[in-house]
Amino acid sequence: MSLPKSMQQPMALQLTSVGFLAFWCLIAAFPIFWIAVMSFKDPIDAFASNPLSVIFGPETVATGRGLSIVSIVVGIAFLWYTVHLALTLLPKMVNKYTPPHLLVPGWIIGALVFAIGFLIVFAGILPPVLSAVNSILGPLGKPILGLTTEHYRAVWVENAFYENFINSMIVTVGVVTVSLTVGTLAGYGLARAGSAGSFIAFWILIIALVFRALPHSVLVAGYLPPFINSAEILSPILGDAAPTLYGKPWAVIAVLVSINQPFTIWMLRSFFQNIPNELDEAARVDGCTHFQAFRWVIMPVMWPGVITTGLFSFLLAYNDYLVCSLLLDAQNQTMVPAIAGYFNRETTTTDQVEAVAAAVSIIAPLFLLIMVFQRQIVSGLTAGAVKG
Amino acid sequence: MNTKTFAAFVGPSIFLMLLFIAAPLVSVFMQSFYVTQPIFEQVEVETCTPGFPTQTCVTETKIQPVLGEDGKVVTDVKYVGLESYYNVLEPDRAWAALKVFDFDALLTIDFWKALRFTLTFTLVTLPLVIGVGLAIAITVNNATRMIRGPIIFVSLLPFIITPVIGALSIRWLFIGDGIMTAFLEWWLNQDIAMFAQGWTIELLMMFYRVWHVAPFAFLVFYAGLQTVNQDTLESAVIDGASRWERLRYVIIPHLMPLIVFVSLIHLMDSYRVFEEIVGFSSQAYRISLQWLTYDLLTPDDSGNRSISRASASAMLTMIGIVVLLIPLLRKTWRDHKGGRV
Repeated sequence: MSLPKSMQQPMALQLTSVGFLAFWCLIAAFPIFWIAVMSFKDPIDAFASNPLSVIFGPETVATGRGLSIVSIVVGIAFLWYTVHLALTLLPKMVNKYTPPHLLVPGWIIGALVFAIGFLIVFAGILPPVLSAVNSILGPLGKPILGLTTEHYRAVWVENAFYENFINSMIVTVGVVTVSLTVGTLAGYGLARAGSAGSFIAFWILIIALVFRALPHSVLVAGYLPPFINSAEILSPILGDAAPTLYGKPWAVIAVLVSINQPFTIWMLRSFFQNIPNELDEAARVDGCTHFQAFRWVIMPVMWPGVITTGLFSFLLAYNDYLVCSLLLDAQNQTMVPAIAGYFNRETTTTDQVEAVAAAVSIIAPLFLLIMVFQRQIVSGLTAGAVKG
Repeated sequence: MNTKTFAAFVGPSIFLMLLFIAAPLVSVFMQSFYVTQPIFEQVEVETCTPGFPTQTCVTETKIQPVLGEDGKVVTDVKYVGLESYYNVLEPDRAWAALKVFDFDALLTIDFWKALRFTLTFTLVTLPLVIGVGLAIAITVNNATRMIRGPIIFVSLLPFIITPVIGALSIRWLFIGDGIMTAFLEWWLNQDIAMFAQGWTIELLMMFYRVWHVAPFAFLVFYAGLQTVNQDTLESAVIDGASRWERLRYVIIPHLMPLIVFVSLIHLMDSYRVFEEIVGFSSQAYRISLQWLTYDLLTPDDSGNRSISRASASAMLTMIGIVVLLIPLLRKTWRDHKGGRV
């Protein structure tokens, strides 16, 4: 792209703006990068005041845990090869083995198989092979970069963090599925309802705005007493089967779905409005009912909108602290509130590094999520704003 | 689409919203006027200990909760009117402090302390978020196309990651003799403890919030910059407008609706500031309105939750929201009348 000379930037301005961008990227990524580095080090190294000893971890190396030059080179090569495979082989295999109408599940299964394969080789096969190679190599095989995974092991195995992980998964999967099912139906109904739809849609927009601002603690204050006493309240209707809603993941799912519902409907409605009306009218002329038209004509073309909305539902449920910590008891706690238990009890520095490791474990999936869905996240964020 | 089909499509969603949004709000409103307390009774208890020549017996009156047939404490719900609001606001103490302009005394009352922090936090971070977001958007828009994707990726990180963990990651840089504290100590040549006093924690919390929200502002402004009319820009150049004047008189006015949009979203979000309090464990020094309600809802040492006071503080927070939203709602209403929605 060639600009007219008058529009080109002077050198000083270019340098300043490049410097500013570099500075911003540093600030944006540094805290996250740094806790990732910290989580692999001995407590003494992790909280050292000299940044170099945090990166290289002399104390960690001194106890014999670390990577040699050979390991680093092999590791990087392996990672690069994995990315290469993910970009070339994976799409080819998915396209080859899945029928076209099952592309989304096909991709999910493909990605899962790929991730599991990667983990088996990277965490299971590579370390013992490399340690055998290192012991033969002598000086080249000496560890130079301290690295230990013991904190992750402590968090996931000894402290049973996987239970919190499973709870988080139950809550997020539940919220995304229910919220999208209910939301797509309502969004479609509103988008096709003509003037009545636009009237209701306006009020839903108002509610969505109010809910954007309403502190969730206000709602939770309303949920708590009925949830704790729900067994008594519901027993006249349900008899002995009346459940205590407090502490039940599915109760939290219902709460989070409802909180997010106005936003979901609003977003999906604008997506459905962009799908031409003629499409389902044609289906209706061919004798479909409204539901059949929705199932067979609209559903195949609605995925971009549904994925974007689903991402935001996922983030809401995954990142939630307040609702989960108040409405779930300790046995059913999700990951984010559970981590509060770590840093509040931080008595020793080992506990602190374990908290760091738990934190990194929580944000790692989000990192992948941004990598895969960057385009959808950006379009979802800007859609509401630019349309006004 | 007839009414029946419409109801079938929209029904489940409306049902959920009524049950889990409307009903709780009504119930919070009701709860704030009632207090649930265990019923206590006075009993005389005779305790005897073996002694010589006879047992030593002591009779004392004790106050203990009444237990029902199922062995649970019997509670009693009492209408208290505005007492819970009174307990949250403590108007007597607040007024006494205000009369002598003793703001420190006013800020010992939790509610006013929380209100002070929430408002300062909101108003300080707002211009910073807009400014930083705009600066990043403009520089990225001027940068070569190739690096835009990676920069958007890196910028999304602070925005997408779990807020509590984002706050924690910044806290860990500063905690104890962490590298950032060490750096500041070396730079300013004095001893620094970031978590020993309120104002430094407040600074960190504000820094975190700007770090967390600036990417959102950046993306919205960046999307807006793509639609700036190039002809207007060129004619501004021909008319001899400098770079700064073009920014001031062409680009900023074009982005104005988006700046208003981001400001509103930011106002609403920072009004309910909460995760920072958890992440920085600042409750000893700084609390927010939402944290106040949260704290009242958490069981205290004896396992009781002050539901009534929490409801009162929740209702007070709601009033703030209504005040905050009136201009926005009026604008939306006007747009609706004008047929834009």
